[in-house]
Amino acid sequence: MSLHLILFLAFGAVCVAGAVNLLAQTHPINSALSLIAVMAALAGEYLLLGAEFVAAVQVIVYAGAIMVLFVFTIMLLNAGEEEHTRGSRVAIMLGVPGMLLGSILVAWVVLRHSGTEPVAAGALPGDPQAIAQLLFHEFLLPFEITSVLILIAIMGAVVLASKPEAVQKRKEH
Amino acid sequence: MVPLSYYLVLSGILFACGVTGFLIKRNIITIFMSIELMLNGVNLSFVAFAAHWHALAGQVFVFFVMVVAAAEAAVGLAIIIAVYRTRETLNVDQVNLLKL
Repeated sequence: MSLHLILFLAFGAVCVAGAVNLLAQTHPINSALSLIAVMAALAGEYLLLGAEFVAAVQVIVYAGAIMVLFVFTIMLLNAGEEEHTRGSRVAIMLGVPGMLLGSILVAWVVLRHSGTEPVAAGALPGDPQAIAQLLFHEFLLPFEITSVLILIAIMGAVVLASKPEAVQKRKEH
Repeated sequence: MVPLSYYLVLSGILFACGVTGFLIKRNIITIFMSIELMLNGVNLSFVAFAAHWHALAGQVFVFFVMVVAAAEAAVGLAIIIAVYRTRETLNVDQVNLLKL
């Protein structure tokens, strides 16, 4: 067993354990913390694949910025334990075995029919320079469109989250 | 050396966990986090395929997925705050104004 495989299995185990813990926990703050663990372990997987810049962005943007937003909202709304109704208990009883069956089926098909040629550690060096070349030449138009998307998202978030009285006051002025 | 299929299986497991969380969770914030988990599973298969086919465009796509996820998180959490303000609950079973 090579070191590469051992590292892959270690990070993968953290990923799966965090994802299952996200489902098992009833308090949203615990789910958020296990999701951060999943994202940090995924950054390790990206490093194994040679995508250094993607790994750094994963930690900074996903595990950093987006999850801080989630934790902030959980704290702001003082979210407590989730309550279950009869319908949601039925969903758990049917959903968990269904998910297990589905993922076993997908794993079986992928392991059976996809190519088994190995991916070397750092097979494709994704250094910032090469990615910037692609991003600012070939993908320039999508890049500009995403900047417009971000602007719209900022304005939408401000409008949605501002208090209704504040909007009313702004209209009167 | 790790086969490509191992990465795909891991990404499939993460996606399946996300789908299950989306279906069985009743807290609207946890449901939202399950969606992020699904996006992460897809990102892993993007990066794995990029390494396998030697196409750096796969890694650029991951950035676009992250940007869309960030925009979605900002707008979605603002919607959650607005829902909490009007309904005073985070349980999706109690947000049933459109139900017959």
